Amino acid sequence: MARQRKHPLVFWVSALPPSLWLFGFFLAPLAIVWVLSFGEKRGLIDVEITWTLANYVRALDPLYLGVVAKSLWISGVTTVLCLMIGLPVALGIVFAPGRWKPILLFLVILPFWTNLLIRTYALIAVLRTRGYVNFTLEWGADTLGLPFEPLALLYNNAAVVIGLVYVHLPFMVLPLYAALDRMDKLLIEAALDLGASQLRAFVTIVVPLAVPGIISGVILVFIPALGSYLIPDLLGGTDSQMIANVIERQFKRANDWPFGAALSFLLMYLTFGALAIRSVLAKGDGGLEAK
Amino acid sequence: MTGDLGSENRTPADKAIIRINSLSKNFGAIQAVDGVSLEIQAGEFFALLGPSGCGKTTLLRMLAGLETPSAGSIVIDGEDMSRVPANRRPVNTVFQSYAVFPHLSVLDNVGYGLKVTGIRAAEVRDRAEAALDLVKLEGYGARMPDQLSGGQRQRVALARALVKRPKVLLLDEPLSALDAKLREAMRHELVNLQETVGITFIIVTHDQEEALSMADRIAVMDRGCVRQVAPPAQLYEFPTNRFVADFIGSVNLLEGIVSAVDGAEMTVQAALLAAPLRIVQDKRFVPGTKVWVAIRPEKINMTKLETGPTLRLDDNNQVEGIVEEITYLGDFSIYHVRIADRPEGLVKVAVPNFDRATLRPFIWEDRVILRWNPNSGVVLDS
Repeated sequence: MARQRKHPLVFWVSALPPSLWLFGFFLAPLAIVWVLSFGEKRGLIDVEITWTLANYVRALDPLYLGVVAKSLWISGVTTVLCLMIGLPVALGIVFAPGRWKPILLFLVILPFWTNLLIRTYALIAVLRTRGYVNFTLEWGADTLGLPFEPLALLYNNAAVVIGLVYVHLPFMVLPLYAALDRMDKLLIEAALDLGASQLRAFVTIVVPLAVPGIISGVILVFIPALGSYLIPDLLGGTDSQMIANVIERQFKRANDWPFGAALSFLLMYLTFGALAIRSVLAKGDGGLEAK
Repeated sequence: MTGDLGSENRTPADKAIIRINSLSKNFGAIQAVDGVSLEIQAGEFFALLGPSGCGKTTLLRMLAGLETPSAGSIVIDGEDMSRVPANRRPVNTVFQSYAVFPHLSVLDNVGYGLKVTGIRAAEVRDRAEAALDLVKLEGYGARMPDQLSGGQRQRVALARALVKRPKVLLLDEPLSALDAKLREAMRHELVNLQETVGITFIIVTHDQEEALSMADRIAVMDRGCVRQVAPPAQLYEFPTNRFVADFIGSVNLLEGIVSAVDGAEMTVQAALLAAPLRIVQDKRFVPGTKVWVAIRPEKINMTKLETGPTLRLDDNNQVEGIVEEITYLGDFSIYHVRIADRPEGLVKVAVPNFDRATLRPFIWEDRVILRWNPNSGVVLDS
């Protein structure tokens, strides 16, 4: 009896502080921005909430839809590349000798110990015209006696994708590793024993069993990549601006908070849409969530 | 179990399907398999028996192609398979933990091995269903593995391996994960199944009862080496070394020296006993050889020592002792009889519990006489 009476108290004591935190610092600001998206600019700093949909109509202008499409495209390419690089890396760690595993996992998360801004500037040093990649290529061309023209690796879409893949790769590798490490290695031996080639065993056994990890990894890469601001800002050229850069401009240089808020929420609705599609897919696959 | 024990073998054809020649495997400094040579006949139910860590599973994995031999060769059906990868060997395996693919239905699991070798979907389906019938899982095709019991998952693993019609089926401790009742039923089923399909079965087990009851021949392994290969009854009645005698069943080992050989009869002077032992057996040793006499507990006759000097001490194969410990096992009891005042002076005697009475025929501190026939003991020199 005493336990039953105690339980609600335990619940409230432990749930209240984080709830207040989430409400005060997440839901409330979000609600303010949401309300702002229905406002109109008055003068230099004033905003009047008129519940107008004009900001959203303006956000659907082909100019901005183009930026959204470009953001989706860049995030998509980033996600696919992360998956293609992350899967072999995760497999390599899973099958590495036991004492190597912690070291390799440590190497995967090591970049997090450095500030994103510093890592991005480091990438500039690698990719710029007089950067390490071009130095290496020039040295190679000189050795072979070939003419050399420095490659334009920075300030374009490719640079943005390279930067995004670099930053988001750990978010792909870790869930993939978790899913693959859980897998019974004997299943691969069983597939080989039954006559499957290595590739066939990989496609028919390893990949399907890694699906929960692949889904988690795709979400963890795609959603932050879609809203990324710093990397396209520093590594991108004039035509590789993503939606977050446009939003930033509205809030700062353009000083149009209502329109920036509308664009933010447009991005949010897209994210929710992606999550909804994912949960529908998961249900169709026989409840991968249950794993 | 009638007739000559040596030919009590269900394989009529003398055709080796597997020839293993001085096969070795070491993992770093650990010698898992050490120079094993074996011939396994087509259609045989063969068992690799030994304690855990004796190398039997490594040997099986080398046959499957999941482990590369360090030295030696494996010839399967006339072809050297030592370096052939697992997916190109005419051999299939039932794994200890079954390794049923969790994301595939029962039918897709069973059909997997056919599908990956490019067989038409319709044929895959027909053959997979036939294999499910064979292991008595008809109608289970659409289920997912997590809807099956352990025993049913094992049947799926069995059907999945058999559907490929391998020349040899390898079974790694197939019954160890089942409960006692199911295990016994599965033993009979595996034997029947092997007779139905006519495929050579090689089973790895640490359970001697399992090996004795199922296999045509058994190879007893110890520390990477094969210690004896023989049909079950021969293994039990005529072990060729102390390890086998001790590992299969229960045994009393008396150390001694051969003192005389007279025709079929050998006389051994045991260190613990005053009177010499007489043993009749085919294999003879020269006098002076250091040997061990192995006597099974159930082959010793025990009677109460009546008051008075009934024991003639010059009688061979007869010894006086005192009951020190009794282990009741239901169908019979094991009596530990002290025959000499030394740590190794305890002899195990198995006595069937004929009477239903809870009263024991012998009790602690009873003085008893143990007797056995000259052909009950086996003399071993290693």
